[in-house]
Amino acid sequence: MVSVESERPGGELLVPTPVKIVVAGGFGTGKTTMVNSVSEIPPLHTEELLTEAGVGVDDVLGLEQKETTTVALDFGRITINPEVVLYLFGTPGQNRFWFMWDELAYGAIGAVILVDTRRLDSSFPSIDFFERRGIPFIIAVNCFEGAHAYEVAEVRRALDVDEAIPLVLCDARDRESSKTVLVSLIQHTMDRLDAMA
Amino acid sequence: MAGREDWWYDEAAGPLVRPYAMVRGRTRPLRPELHLVTQVRAMPSPADPAALSVEHLEIMELCRRPLSVAEVAAYLDVPLVVVKVLLSDLIQRGDVVIRDPSRVPQVPDRNLLQAVLDGVRGI
Ligand SMILES: Nc1nc2c(ncn2[C@@H]2O[C@H](COP(=O)(O)OP(=O)(O)OP(=O)(O)O)[C@@H](O)[C@H]2O)c(=O)[nH]1
Ligand SMILES: [Mg+2]
Repeated sequence: MVSVESERPGGELLVPTPVKIVVAGGFGTGKTTMVNSVSEIPPLHTEELLTEAGVGVDDVLGLEQKETTTVALDFGRITINPEVVLYLFGTPGQNRFWFMWDELAYGAIGAVILVDTRRLDSSFPSIDFFERRGIPFIIAVNCFEGAHAYEVAEVRRALDVDEAIPLVLCDARDRESSKTVLVSLIQHTMDRLDAMA
Repeated sequence: MAGREDWWYDEAAGPLVRPYAMVRGRTRPLRPELHLVTQVRAMPSPADPAALSVEHLEIMELCRRPLSVAEVAAYLDVPLVVVKVLLSDLIQRGDVVIRDPSRVPQVPDRNLLQAVLDGVRGI
């Protein structure tokens, strides 16, 4: 289903279908930890160049003298099967790089928005971003030690998210727990798709 | 900024790298279909190896198995924009293949989601 015809000897080469999930949330909520706990490879790191004005990649090449800044991305990988590969991207810490968020969200299955109950408000910009764009997301409450044992309903009220948005508790350091979070997101995206059909 | 001195970086330039230096003065547009997760794969051998730079050949080697644009950038430790320029060259030459962009769904359909769900459950 995913091979590319080539005129050269070597014939058809299999080129898998990529899918991605964005792991968003406020500063220090455990985004990198979650990506690491489920990735099959040591998490990778890459950088994009942007000018201070935040112009797109394509424009950067034309800007010869302007100063650029870098935005760092952490990501992991799960090979689903030989034809499908899933990537997990943590959002960059600096919220001002919305250009990068758009690139991350483009074509994504959806987003896991991590929240720390001690600093709920730090995840508000993430929630706003995905809500406005109509991209499926779920809330994962990262249960840091010493954090107040909030009731799920209480967190939902404080975050002011719709009843239809799943809210799950997790420990981002734990692989099984992070897997469960990803499963919840994928199911949520499928449910939304079914509801629209 | 992380970078490899044997590529395009001027150590003294620090974090304020001038993009023109990294693409050797070329301002050719990037292929718009190269996104973070776009899968790229090298042909078994380049048509005209002599015409390729060391950087291009390194990408050819790396992409013997399919990889995303982001992975290529991470493994080569260069910014995404640089890898996109080099990949654009290689695609143009027919040395690297990607899927026909018109056949790439923008959002995953139900079958694909089901496959991903099963896959994640199975890891
Ligand atoms: N107790 C506990 N600690 C956690 C958990 N998840 C992450 N941590 C710790 O919290 C700290 C921040 O985690 P990161 O994964 O770096 O958070 P992040 O969201 O990537 O942070 P930024 O990228 O800086 O915004 C680290 O010291 C983690 O070890 C968790 O579920 N429980
Ligand atoms: Mg992080």
